[in-house]
Amino acid sequence: MQIEGSCPRSQRELIELEFIEHRTKILDIAAFLDRFDRSVEHNANDDFRIKAFREALKALNSDEFGRVECIQMLLSDVSSELRAERDGQSAYGAAKESEQ
Amino acid sequence: MNYIDLHAHMVSRTTDDYHAMALTGCVAVTEPAFWAGYDRVSASAFADYFKHLTEFEPQRAAKYGIQHYTWLCLNPKEGEDRELAREVLAIIPQFLDQPTVLGIGEIGLNRVTRNELATFIDHVELALEHNQLIHIHTPHLEDKYKGTKAIVETLASNSRIDPSRVMVDHVEEHTIRMVLEHGFWAGLTLYPMTKVSPGRAIDMLEIYGTERLCVASACDWGPSQPLAIPNCMFEMRRRGHSNQWIHEVVYNNPCRFLSQCPKFKFASLEQPALVR
Repeated sequence: MQIEGSCPRSQRELIELEFIEHRTKILDIAAFLDRFDRSVEHNANDDFRIKAFREALKALNSDEFGRVECIQMLLSDVSSELRAERDGQSAYGAAKESEQ
Repeated sequence: MNYIDLHAHMVSRTTDDYHAMALTGCVAVTEPAFWAGYDRVSASAFADYFKHLTEFEPQRAAKYGIQHYTWLCLNPKEGEDRELAREVLAIIPQFLDQPTVLGIGEIGLNRVTRNELATFIDHVELALEHNQLIHIHTPHLEDKYKGTKAIVETLASNSRIDPSRVMVDHVEEHTIRMVLEHGFWAGLTLYPMTKVSPGRAIDMLEIYGTERLCVASACDWGPSQPLAIPNCMFEMRRRGHSNQWIHEVVYNNPCRFLSQCPKFKFASLEQPALVR
């Protein structure tokens, strides 16, 4: 199985096509973190989701290929035990520490 | 260019969406059974829903020149209630001979519980007993890796499963490899926030190749786009992919998987369809 295929666009073309779009996204992340710091009540700095988010940002800054898969795993429940019963319908977006 | 949306919950969309999809080249949709936004409490509610899927939706779609096919099951979000599951599984066979039913789906896991897995296995057995294609939902967000792994391992341990007759949907970067390496078909669902963007879907197609991979909108009552496939096709062109490559993904591959059911009327083509 092919592990790594090519994108048909050159790096220069990708910058021309997509830089502004992704510049916007990175500014949105920065603004979210600034807003989090400006919050009227600092009561979730140790929330499992924000901790996972900060870990993901470190992985984003990696020089190695495979950043998306790495971040997906940082945001995943990697335990193999089935839940004894359903705890609700919706997922949270990051695994609680007891599930890692 | 014609395309097939392999995963669209049209029961929750307006007729205007059929119109827009037809204008952008949609020739067929397949609609897996869905969670209504609340847990249904009786098998009769499912009987009404299956009647809607097999009678009303095909007629509504046909007015726009779109073929509507469906998959039947108790959705994974309702798989926790084992007693209800047994009652619903008992009524599914009476709908399987309907001309637009392609198989059992979307079965799978949601929060990856013991009961959900038991209900999933019951559905797989029903599909095997009636020689049906299988369409599988994998959980979202932090549950996806764990749920996909449990599904793949469960199916791989069953020697009666032909993986080429199984579509494992909602794959992402951390689950696509395990699905393809086991010989299953894999679905990339284009859905804002909780699934993949067109850009990431195209990345995975470039990395893994187009064999046994399909894209779908997964549109439903949530924030989703019934035109997600034509939007993805636009992104494919913008990235420099050929019409043949795009046609392979959005038309030929769905045909290859779905035509394993003799009720499906379309066939894959070697040449791209007429560009609209």
